[in-house]
Amino acid sequence: MSGSESVWVYAERRGNLFRPVSLEILGKARAVADSLGGELVAITAGAGDAPARELGRYGADRVIAIEDPLLRRYDTLAYTRLLETEMRSGNPSVLLLGATRDGQDLAGRLAVRLRTGLTAHVTALEVDGEHRLVGWVPGFGGGIEAGIVCPERRPAIVTVRPGVFPLPEPGAARGDVRVVRPALDETAFGTHRVEFEPKGFGVDLTRSEVLVVGGRGTGGDFARVQRLAHCLGGEVGATRVATDAGWIEREHLVGQTGVVTHPKVVVVLGASGAVQFTVGIEKAGFVIAVNRDPDAPIFESADLGIVGDLGPIVDRLVKDLGEA
Amino acid sequence: MRIIVCLKVVPRPEEVRVDLEKKVLERSGVRSVINPSDLNALETALALRDLHGGRVTVLSMGPPNFEPYLRVALAVGADEAVLLSDRSFGGADTLATSYTLAEGVRSLGGADMVVCGDESSDGGTSQVPQGVAEWLGYAQATYVDRLEVPSSGTLRARRVLEDGTETVDLPLPAVVSVLGGANDVRFIDYSRWSMAELATIRVIDAATLGADPNAIGLKGSPTVVAGLREVRKPGRRREVVTLPPDAAAERVAEELRRLGLSHLEGPTGGGPARRPS
Repeated sequence: MSGSESVWVYAERRGNLFRPVSLEILGKARAVADSLGGELVAITAGAGDAPARELGRYGADRVIAIEDPLLRRYDTLAYTRLLETEMRSGNPSVLLLGATRDGQDLAGRLAVRLRTGLTAHVTALEVDGEHRLVGWVPGFGGGIEAGIVCPERRPAIVTVRPGVFPLPEPGAARGDVRVVRPALDETAFGTHRVEFEPKGFGVDLTRSEVLVVGGRGTGGDFARVQRLAHCLGGEVGATRVATDAGWIEREHLVGQTGVVTHPKVVVVLGASGAVQFTVGIEKAGFVIAVNRDPDAPIFESADLGIVGDLGPIVDRLVKDLGEA
Repeated sequence: MRIIVCLKVVPRPEEVRVDLEKKVLERSGVRSVINPSDLNALETALALRDLHGGRVTVLSMGPPNFEPYLRVALAVGADEAVLLSDRSFGGADTLATSYTLAEGVRSLGGADMVVCGDESSDGGTSQVPQGVAEWLGYAQATYVDRLEVPSSGTLRARRVLEDGTETVDLPLPAVVSVLGGANDVRFIDYSRWSMAELATIRVIDAATLGADPNAIGLKGSPTVVAGLREVRKPGRRREVVTLPPDAAAERVAEELRRLGLSHLEGPTGGGPARRPS
């Protein structure tokens, strides 16, 4: 059996590639495992075991690769069952997952299956004086965050947003790979995939150098946000209000429930500045905010704040920058 | 078809203030709303009922003062409303919350479909629907923007993922989480308003629910808040200026150029904008 303080990371795959967030977490988990004095185990599932060795290069002491041709796509019940089996025999103290759509789908189901605690969307991970893993989660508007622990049950399941931790540099290949071949058939699957429509290159806001974010104050006019982003060679981001209203797709969501970004510059248009949003831009190099309300909290999180109507300001900016 | 919609009432985040001395949230006087994506879940359920017949029940967990929000759901079109309300439900994390809601579904005799919003705007864990599905042993489809019942006993759900959309078939009963903004929520039907105001909302306490006392509320919650701290905000310049639009635009452009977005030239020169390498 593995050491009682072992830290496991679920490395989510798309075909033969790992999701970047899984590798980001592995880098951080190495430090967590060292603080807890346990081993770092990466667990992955998919069709073919070829990519599994790669995980050793990102810090895993040991890799568990669950392999079956049917695992080429994610399915809640099949993946939950397989992870459950490995969790029960390995009994780790911590399981970390990337807060992707499928990662969250799995984490929520698995946590209840194992009757354990789940901390979602942490923006920082620390080991405290009592050797507990503390996941920090931002709270309501006033700039406070809560440190959540799961002291009595295991594993403590924690999901981490993409972009929170830096992508580690791969090192030399190391670590033992154990391949698990579960011999699945269709009955293990809860869903039947009818169709998959790829989006081509989805937006990856975590890698964008320039970001223009629209909030409530845009009144839904994302065409204008888009124009400025295009002018600056950047991507479009959005606050929760904007994605909830259906003004723009959820993949553009920045903040605690979206992505944490690291642009050189972010221009924030008409966002009030709730902490759930500002955690998503706090790693930005420079923050410019435009808001009509001089008391908007966003100005506390900005290097340059402009009090004014964003419409005419953006239009003028686009004209000056784009039509030269 | 019997559909249960889980609905949460959340404080408006912009109105919650934090007492930094006591490190507690001050919720008094804060107005609440129905969690936005739960309204998209309600709309999804109502549309399926309108097409296939059946009954839509809204189910919530919270204090008695949630009742007016459940009446809003009735006025929008739900057939009945049930509130799980007991002090012992308080302090629940995702494990205890999903257990309590699942027990609520059981107490209603189960459902063909449980429809939830994909995440709440306050807690925001996005994990409760999956938990409800596991407690009930139902199939699940999360982050769904389109839902159909192509044949009896089967659900077809379109899941929106980072790299595309996945359409899956799954057997009923099932739990579905609906993406915020997935649909246009119908307006309150004012002809239903007086009915909604007078309707009896069934309130179920812990004893009536017959839930395991060790699985609800704080007791049933394995996660614990170990500490609260101020968010360490990075040092920002916090320069705030009020300028007319043209001057404001020039100020921003100047700053962008200073930051080395070298492709941005002044208004009188330079080439077309291009992406920074």
